[in-house]
Amino acid sequence: MTDLGNIALWIALLIGLWGSVIGFVAGRTGRADLGRSAERAMYVLWGLLVIAAAGLLHALLTHDFNVEFVAAYTSRNLPVFYTWSAFYAGQDGSLLFWALVTSTFGSIALLVNRGKYKELTPYVASTVAIVITFFVATMVFAANPFHRLGYTPVDGRGMNPQLQNPGMVFHPPMLYLGYTSISIPFAFAVAALLSGKLDTGWLHAIRKWTLLSWLFLSCGIILGMWWAYVELGWGGYWAWDPVENASFMPWLAMTAFLHSVMIQEKRGMLKRWNFALVILAFVLSIFGTFLTRSGVISSVHAFSESPVGWYFGIFVILAAVFGFGLLAWRWPLLQAEAKLESMVSRESAFLYNNMILLVIAFTILFGTTFPVLSEAVRGTKVTVGPPWFNLVEVPLGLLLLLLTGIGPLIAWRRASAANLRRQFRWPVVAMLGTAAALLLVRMGDGWSIAAYALAAFVVATVLQEFVRGTGARHRLHGEAYPLAFVRLVGRNRRRYGGYVVHLGIVMLFAAFAGLPFKETQEFTLKPGQTAEMKDPYGATFRFTHQGVSQYQVLNRWVTAATVDVTKNGKYLGTMRSEKRQYLDSVNRPTFEPATEVAIRSTPAEDLYVVFAGSVQGTEEAVYKIVINPLVWWVWYGGMVLALGGLITLWPGGQGPTPASLRRAESAGYVARVGA
Amino acid sequence: MKARTKFIIGGVLILGSVGYLMGSSIKDTGEYYLTPTQLATRVAADHSFYNVGVRMGARVVKGSITRDVATQTITFRATDGAHTFPVVYHGLAPDTFTDGVDVVVEGRLMPDGTFRATTLLAKCASRYEAVPPPSSAAPAHPAPASGPAT
Repeated sequence: MTDLGNIALWIALLIGLWGSVIGFVAGRTGRADLGRSAERAMYVLWGLLVIAAAGLLHALLTHDFNVEFVAAYTSRNLPVFYTWSAFYAGQDGSLLFWALVTSTFGSIALLVNRGKYKELTPYVASTVAIVITFFVATMVFAANPFHRLGYTPVDGRGMNPQLQNPGMVFHPPMLYLGYTSISIPFAFAVAALLSGKLDTGWLHAIRKWTLLSWLFLSCGIILGMWWAYVELGWGGYWAWDPVENASFMPWLAMTAFLHSVMIQEKRGMLKRWNFALVILAFVLSIFGTFLTRSGVISSVHAFSESPVGWYFGIFVILAAVFGFGLLAWRWPLLQAEAKLESMVSRESAFLYNNMILLVIAFTILFGTTFPVLSEAVRGTKVTVGPPWFNLVEVPLGLLLLLLTGIGPLIAWRRASAANLRRQFRWPVVAMLGTAAALLLVRMGDGWSIAAYALAAFVVATVLQEFVRGTGARHRLHGEAYPLAFVRLVGRNRRRYGGYVVHLGIVMLFAAFAGLPFKETQEFTLKPGQTAEMKDPYGATFRFTHQGVSQYQVLNRWVTAATVDVTKNGKYLGTMRSEKRQYLDSVNRPTFEPATEVAIRSTPAEDLYVVFAGSVQGTEEAVYKIVINPLVWWVWYGGMVLALGGLITLWPGGQGPTPASLRRAESAGYVARVGA
Repeated sequence: MKARTKFIIGGVLILGSVGYLMGSSIKDTGEYYLTPTQLATRVAADHSFYNVGVRMGARVVKGSITRDVATQTITFRATDGAHTFPVVYHGLAPDTFTDGVDVVVEGRLMPDGTFRATTLLAKCASRYEAVPPPSSAAPAHPAPASGPAT
């Protein structure tokens, strides 16, 4: 079974090459038989990669430790749940997972677009096949998950304890789903450029795909934050580490595209820009992988240096040259159909939104690669860390938040004074009221007050839209308010789903603005001793150390320390943080001891207790205790954001049809639907 | 003035201020990233380089770690093979901090030659990359494990 997987990989390499070439030829010549062959090549690729994946899973689940990958990441006593996740927890397996998902998406894209976009699909098949071939080639030549050892170990090394966490089971595949699904919009962009079919057809074909990959990326990033928070024990969820930045940059490019595409649909502007954004998002998704796996940038949690990184490096350059080269070639054909008429217009708000999103992406790229840049320019490595990123990104983020409120409400083309008054009177009142209230109770520093005032502004714009929309349906159709509300959202999913996403973004900003008020303290306590901390709202927490206990459970030896917690004298409960020493199947310790933090989460704040160790084996324990305001809002903001994304993605609804858009484009202007 | 011109002026203003912010923030928060040898060379050439915030990437000398749990003090020696500095760090070390790992310490080199670290990051080959398990045929390998930790 395992060897079958290996053989399937080699055949996939050949089929991938065939599909890449024949799809291109089919596109050039317009021969339908060749087009069908390229399409079938994609389905066959998928089948082969499924066989390869089954082979690897079989090796993992049967503990075939002769396979290096299995021996390196699993052991006999690893819970089955994590044995599954070993598939993508190691580099070689993650490449196979990536290739498999890309071929799945490629096959779905070709299936759902059968008989449509006839000029585009052969090139799409070809481009996706090239991407898959790249991954398969990287595997068979540099990182084969089926590589066998010269001997068969009795047991495997086991999985790094930090990866034995539910967050780590779902976070990588989500991110990979995001990265891989960007290949589909990229393939359609390339197909449109190659074929010269430069109308909005390719945009309609990829609308759902871009939303889907944006949603996967968002969920992947937030799950990664959650994993870092609950597992790594440093009390934070984002450290501007290169690995995190690598996932954030394509997200920013995708977000910019989701906005700018509306301008092209409504006004026929930004055609070149939209191509550029899709190409950029794809290039960044590969570039991030290159950054983290090549050893160019040293990250605390980077992959090891390996030739795989350089495969990705070369692929990034080729993809960028090819993509942007095609765009340059078709440049003269991509004329805008309308001009920017006024600075005070929706077009202008969206343009600034795009500019800021890309500036953020650029500054992150700059900061992440600064050690390399400074060494090249001045000969010494200089690093910039979280303080630098905070100084630069906070003002940009707030500007973006302001535009989140303005963009959806301001009129197209040229906003009149009446339009501005009607749309922004109440949101501005909410903004000023919030700022005044915060100043009055003296909470927050300048930046956080600005953040909460802008958050109130955006929330007010969104609420106003929901209230007015529901009211209008109630009056026009005589529907009861709840029904009117459901239909309002159901019939305009893209618009109102988008508002829900904006609410999620506001919740995230609200959480981030709470970061400066984080309190961290360390205590050394004997049993019965109490530590005291105040939270930013003025409440007093007391933590009473109950003692240290030791026991064995599953594949680990646990040392647990317990504290009783009271808030203003009221008993809240006990919290238990653990040190886990993982054991192999003959009960020898493996890996370094891992810390399991205790978290008590409320919307106002998280209590975050870390057991740092006991003093010379006694029950005297060292604790790090963090009072972390508003972290709850990150996870629930993430859920609201995902919910909004799902509303927008849900099939059906009333998006603009291609026909109506063509009319719109020839007219050069379309009134905002339902305003 | 045409809308396009106004828009471009606005864009240039934004880009200009971001550029300024990036540059000034590097001055305020950027830190040299040096190996022990580079740090030793710098300090030898210029004594004012003592007591300046730097990051040093080095490896922990095996057997050099001492931990005082009661005062939360960790001392160890960090080396790149050619030069070695004693490091003193107050606080919690990440789980992955152990003998022989690569670390990044952030802090200052004191005139007495010790490196006072305010941040200790333990870095490893990779959190994903592992080596084949030890068997009678293969020598024992250092445990690969890592993760961001501050």
